[in-house]
This record gives sequence, structure tokens and C-alpha cells, in this order.
Amino acid sequence: MIPTWAQIGYLIAAVCFIVALKALSSPKSARTGNLLGAAGAVLAVIITFVAYKPDHLAPILIALAIGTVGGVVGSRRVQMTQMPQLVALFNGVGGGAAALVALMELGELSTDAVVPAIASAFTILVGAISFSGSIVTFAKLQELMTTRPVTFPGLPVLFVASMLGGLVLAGFLVNEPRVWVGVLLCLVGLAVGVMLVLPVGGADVPIVISLLNAFTGLTVAAGGYVLNNTLLLVAGTLVGAAGTLLTKMMADAMGRSVFNILFGAVKGGSTLGGGTASDRPVISGGAEDVAILLGYANKVIIVPGYGLAVAQAQHTLRDLVEELQSRGVKVDYAIHPVAGRMPGHMNVLLAEAQVPYDQLREMDEINGDFKTTDVVLVVGANDVVNPAARNTPSAPIYGMPILNADEAQRVIFLKRSMRPGFAGIENELLYDPRTTLLFGDARDSLTKLLGALKTL
Amino acid sequence: MTESIALLTIFVLAAFVGVEVISKVSSTLHTPLMSGANAIHGVILVGAIIVTGQAESTLVVIVGLLAVVLATVNMVGGFVVTDRMLEMFKGPAARKKELHK
Repeated sequence: MIPTWAQIGYLIAAVCFIVALKALSSPKSARTGNLLGAAGAVLAVIITFVAYKPDHLAPILIALAIGTVGGVVGSRRVQMTQMPQLVALFNGVGGGAAALVALMELGELSTDAVVPAIASAFTILVGAISFSGSIVTFAKLQELMTTRPVTFPGLPVLFVASMLGGLVLAGFLVNEPRVWVGVLLCLVGLAVGVMLVLPVGGADVPIVISLLNAFTGLTVAAGGYVLNNTLLLVAGTLVGAAGTLLTKMMADAMGRSVFNILFGAVKGGSTLGGGTASDRPVISGGAEDVAILLGYANKVIIVPGYGLAVAQAQHTLRDLVEELQSRGVKVDYAIHPVAGRMPGHMNVLLAEAQVPYDQLREMDEINGDFKTTDVVLVVGANDVVNPAARNTPSAPIYGMPILNADEAQRVIFLKRSMRPGFAGIENELLYDPRTTLLFGDARDSLTKLLGALKTL
Repeated sequence: MTESIALLTIFVLAAFVGVEVISKVSSTLHTPLMSGANAIHGVILVGAIIVTGQAESTLVVIVGLLAVVLATVNMVGGFVVTDRMLEMFKGPAARKKELHK
């Protein structure tokens, strides 16, 4: 039995987690909140060692050390642009750990414990889904595989069949907790996870990360039920509930429903887009032409996108903006909610380049300003200014709120090539007569622009 | 049975708390919030330690140690990476504070 003091310690840790989540919802307290969460977690681990006096202490401590080094090195080394895939990876290993814990506990379950057996089956199945789904998400974001939706004719049938198979296995498991059935269930879960994420298009992947995050939370909660551990139950449920709501909020910000994101491609019809460059004529210009457009404008809006971050050009962009401001040009940054690869990702990237917070303006706030803007400078973004989201019902991004860059007098795109954006669809705005393209790596182009601007 | 009901009660109440605490959050903070929540479910480490500590066969111990490694990566990495993200927000927030003075 767990001693009372340990129970109380777990309660304190649970409160830490609740307060941490609350604090993470506001910019002022977010960092403190995260530290509080970490403190709660450390407390919980120490209590566990003292209260349960686990055997195999030395190997456990070594495993703990290996995991700590891995986690710290991974999260310190990663570039800010690769943040989404790292979160996906961390989420996946968490789900995997939960599935393994439930699998090991199977041997300990008595045959008449029905509810714990259901919870075990849930943990194994959903933990495995979360693990393999996150790995596929990671591969998509890291561009180890295509970012476009992947489907094949039998996929829906196979998916439904696997889910049913999983439920049958879970039924067997509840009837009699045998480890080999658990292992089979785990394998089915892995397959389901892969099939769940494969048909999701690149631009929607962040929402899937959030959903899988909620899944892992629920898995941990079920694991807490199996182990009769209230801390796991509370922490897992918190993350499950908060993660579900967060997923819905993110989907709303993109004007999509979660159901559509997961099954849109399978239903067919929403995987349009050639994915290749077209050879229709565009107007491209040199750095000097673009510098003149910018330098003599009254009002400029910058639309930064993932391409900016990939080229590590945030600092050069800030220098360019400061130069423009010193010439009396009014400059704002228009931040689309999903600019970058995750909601809020662009804010993080620009904050890293020390762009003042008050120059970053959110979509709803700035969208009315485009009409009175002389020049919109789109740096490494594409889908977030694609009018197809408004005009083309068959486009995969149809219905996503976009920045109204097409309402400005002139639009300048800094692009590497004519390759379509992450969503894999053509952008009509590129072919508009008011649009000028400046081809090249974002950092090179911005450096040239800055030089040209200084000689004006 | 009463114990099951107690656990179920905790589950339902915690679900409401989870929804309530993040009901008002700007899209700016979606990424760090997701990452922070992600770190919190790394607490499955507690479960991994308990199960491994009770294991008798070598195979189970090995699987348990694997679970400990994975859960630790989730927990430690999650908190560190969230802190790194939020560190970026520190500059502007501090500047805002100065403006208010």
C-alpha cells in the first residue's frame, strides 16, 4: 500500500500540473508555469522512489540518466524551425512508454478485474496508435517522406478492419489477460496509427500532433487506473481534456473540422493539386526593382512564412524592416495563426530574432489594413495568402481563413522556386499582374534587398 | 467497487479542470502549451518505475527499462524544449513591462 505522505505528495504534484497548465495560457506567467510543471514531475519521481522502494534500483537509475541525457541533448540541439517534429517525437515516446507499462502489468492482473483489464486494453491500443502515428508525423515534418496525403484504394476498409480487430483482441484481453494477446493488440495499434496519419496532408499535421498528444494523455490516465495511481490518473486526464480542446481550437483557427482533417483525403476529392511547378508566365524582378517598390511605399506589410525560418533569415528581415522604418515607411508583420508549421510557431521564430512584440499583428486585427497598403512583402509563405482558400471549393485548404494580401496595391513574393506550398496547391496570386517575384534563398534575397535599399 | 467509483470521480473532475484551465489562450501560445502538456504526460515515468521495480523476469525488467528511458525522454525533453520556446517570449514580455512602468 502507498503511504499517506506519498499520496499527499502526489496530490501536490497534481496541483503543480494544474497550475502549470493555467499559467501556460498567458504569456506573462508561461515560463514560470512550465518550471512549476517540471518541479511537480521531479517531486513525483522522487516520491515514487522513496514510497515504492523499487527493486533493480541501479538499472532504473541508469535508464533514467540515459533518458535525461537524450531529452536534454535533443531539445537543446534542435533548431526552432524543427520544434514541431520534436514535440511529435516526444509525444510518441510517451505513448510508447504507456503502452509498455500496461503490457507489463498484464501479467499481474487477476482474471476477474474487468475494469482494470478494459483500461489496460485501452492503454495498449491507444498508446501504440499514438506512438506510430507520432513517428509518421515526425517523418512527414522532417520531410523524410512526402508531405502530401497518402492513400491507397483499400485503406478505409483496412483501417476499419484493423479497428474492429483491435476491439475483438481487447475483448479477449478483458476476458482473460494474456500477454501474447496484449502484444498482438499492440501491433494492431501500431498499424492503425500509421493508417490514421498517412492520409493527412502536410499543412494539417500540427493538428494531428495535438490530437495524438491528447490521446497519450488519456492513455496515461488509463494507465493510472490500472496501477491505482491517482497522480497518473489526474495528470493524464488533464492533458487529455486540455489537448482535446486545444486540438479543436487549432482546427478552428484553420477553418477545418478535426474529422475532415483526419478523413478528408480518404473520402476523396480533397487531394487536388499537382505538386509540381507549372510553366505559366510570372513577373519576376531583380533586387533593385523590389527595393524601389519598398523604399518609396508609405505602408508595407510583411507576411513571414516557414521559408523565412528555414533560410534562417529572421535577423536579416528585421534589419530590412528597421532600414525601411528609418526611411519613414510604416511596417507591420502580419502573422497568420498557423504561419510556420504549428499555431504560434512564427511568433516564436520572430521573437527569437528579437522583433518587437507590438509589430507582430494577428490576422483578424490586420486583415482590414491590406486595402490601404502599398506593398505586401511575402517572405517564404504561400498557403496563408492563397486566394484558393476563398474561391476554390475543391482546394484542400478551402475554408481556411487567409491574409488578404491580394487586396494590396502590389505584392512581392520572395521564393526559392515555383514549387507549391506545404499544402501542395497552386497559388493564383503568383500569376497576378500586380505581383512581382524575387527568386532565391530568402536570406540572400533579403541581404541583396537591404543593400539595394541603402543605395537608393 | 467504491475504489473504482472514487477513481471514476477523479477522472471526470480532472477532465473538467483540464478544459477549464486552458479555455482562454491566444493562438500565440498554442505551440508552447501543446509542448508543455506533452511534457506533463511524461509523468508516465512514475508508472514505468513502479512496474519495473516490481518485475521478476529479466524480459520484463528489460522492457520496463525501455519504458523508463522513453518516458524520461518525454518528460525531461518536453519541459526543456518548452522552456526554450518560452525563453524567446521573455524579451518582448520584459520590454512590455518596462513600457507599463
